Amino acid sequence: MIITRRTLLGAAAAIACAAAIPAFAAKPLTIGFSQVGAESEWRTANTASIKDAAKKAAVNLKFADAQQQQQNQVKAIRSFIAQRVDVIAFSPVVETGWETVLREAKNAKIPVILTDRAVKVTDPSLYVSFIGSDFVEEGRRAGRWLLEYAKKNGDKPLNIVELQGTTGAAPAIDRKNGFAEVIGANPKLKVIRSQTADFTRAKGKEVMEAFLKSEGKKINVLYAHNDDMAIGAIQAIEEAGLKPGKDIIIISIDGVKGAFEAMKAGKLNVTVECNPLLGPTLIQTAQDVVAGKPVPKRIVVNEGVFPAEVAAKELPNRKY
Amino acid sequence: MSTTGATVKPSAQAAASRAALLQHPLVRPLGALVALLLVDAFLVPGFFHLEVKEGHLYGAIIDILNRAAPLMLAALGMTLVIATRGIDISVGAVVALSGTVSAMLIGGSEPTTPMALALAASLGVALLCGLWNGVLVAGIKLQPIVATLILMVAGRGLAQLLTDGQIVTVYYEPFFFLGSGYLAGLPFSLFVVAAVFAVTLLLVKKTALGLFIQAVGINPVAARLAGLRTATLITFVYVFCSACAGLAGMLITSNIKSADANNAGLLLELDAILAVTLGGTSLAGGKFSLVGSMIGALIIQTLTYTIYSLGVPPEVNMVVKSIVVFVVCISQSSEFKNILRRSA
Repeated sequence: MIITRRTLLGAAAAIACAAAIPAFAAKPLTIGFSQVGAESEWRTANTASIKDAAKKAAVNLKFADAQQQQQNQVKAIRSFIAQRVDVIAFSPVVETGWETVLREAKNAKIPVILTDRAVKVTDPSLYVSFIGSDFVEEGRRAGRWLLEYAKKNGDKPLNIVELQGTTGAAPAIDRKNGFAEVIGANPKLKVIRSQTADFTRAKGKEVMEAFLKSEGKKINVLYAHNDDMAIGAIQAIEEAGLKPGKDIIIISIDGVKGAFEAMKAGKLNVTVECNPLLGPTLIQTAQDVVAGKPVPKRIVVNEGVFPAEVAAKELPNRKY
Repeated sequence: MSTTGATVKPSAQAAASRAALLQHPLVRPLGALVALLLVDAFLVPGFFHLEVKEGHLYGAIIDILNRAAPLMLAALGMTLVIATRGIDISVGAVVALSGTVSAMLIGGSEPTTPMALALAASLGVALLCGLWNGVLVAGIKLQPIVATLILMVAGRGLAQLLTDGQIVTVYYEPFFFLGSGYLAGLPFSLFVVAAVFAVTLLLVKKTALGLFIQAVGINPVAARLAGLRTATLITFVYVFCSACAGLAGMLITSNIKSADANNAGLLLELDAILAVTLGGTSLAGGKFSLVGSMIGALIIQTLTYTIYSLGVPPEVNMVVKSIVVFVVCISQSSEFKNILRRSA
């Protein structure tokens, strides 16, 4: 009995630490937002943008960090439904498995907006809008840059290694497919290794180390699905006594500050921007939805491609 | 063992000693590691190839050892905790916290805090974490999994709070030596592990500490009645475990030159528990093997590396891992051996 009570006490304390979502009385618009986590610089810029935009628009934002776990996200969405927020927004950790909880939101008549990542659902009416980048297009842009590079450099055969994002995540799947689709035009470009590195620096370094050992000097190009994995891989390449950006051409996606610093140092060749500053668009869309205005099902944000040549000039302009 | 019959009599003794050797608890984990390395030797060209690059050894084996260092440290601490029938699931959080503290204190290209002080501070934070766990378990008598769950959640949360969720990049060169420097041609992290391992081994083999820990694990009540200060002992193992985790956190942070509060050491506690289990230490407490846990950690890292080197598609990584772990675990089950023997 004593043990049970102690156990309960401990569990309660743990839960209190874990999910201290403040419950304010909602007068203005209340948005419940479930973020993937804080796995990269990109993500933290994304979070900051949403928080800032909410503050500026005097919107009450309930923010929950899912720490890259789908179950946390499902829990957060259920708690938003229970709290009767006006709009639920979230960046899904993975693409699938959302049917049930989104139906619960729909039954509760709470509109859902997806940000940054899409979901796979059979019924598209489960969400009102998806604001974010076109990941397939980002993959294509990375591929196009490489096609150009290959053409300019004598059209030699190039062996590519790929660092994928979290297995099953929309950006990982789309960036892989978009890239593969474009480089398929040149049979001399071949992906010889492709492995997940979870979008993190540590894994990017670890996987690249293994690639360097098993493929060695055969590797000409590294394609990383985000900048942080590329930054980790750059360290591995340097420790192997090679020059990143020269001995191995490096292409990555996101366009975070760290990537611009690496490009300035000549260690990264190009980054395809994936704009994280979705906050203002999200808040505007949420307000429109609640006001009953029609919103587009798909909102694409503005993005560019930044090769190393413009990095030094662009670096001071970077907000993230 | 069919050693019956007159013809085999001379070799019966040899067979018996061979059987005794096969009974040794370290045979199975070692066998699993060797089997994995053999797979690599056959399927990964140049797996055992070592060369000297920029004055240090360079090769797959070195990578595995270097990458396994944080896990080995965590497994060392976890072994002692598990030997007392406990468990510490806050290891990953302590890794994140100590890594964050060291990175934040050291800061940019010129350290804002002297490095020694920064490292001492982050080790201090880890020790405090351990003390917190120890007091909850030994003092307030919370169940270990619940007690350490609190820190598992709060520790990482605190690290994220400190960094504002950002990755803290370190630019101070001397700090990198810890996790990616080389001494006598070998990664420096290995020396850290070797030192901690040697000290731990000395403590549990040359002093009565090992016996005490085992006694607490086998029967805590009897151990207390026999006059052991069980509460102090249990607190000590949690402090030790957190200290190991703290060191692991510094190695990881130094290796990737940045502290990533959200991902550093994520699920490391589970890998550490797995390493301890693979090494033949029972979760029921009591007997434990530090060497076994080291081998267990190496099995896990070799397995990860093998998956990368073989080009296993990422979608099936987990399946491959779980199959290997399943086979190794089941091969250690005496119940399973009995079933095999009966059906044979």
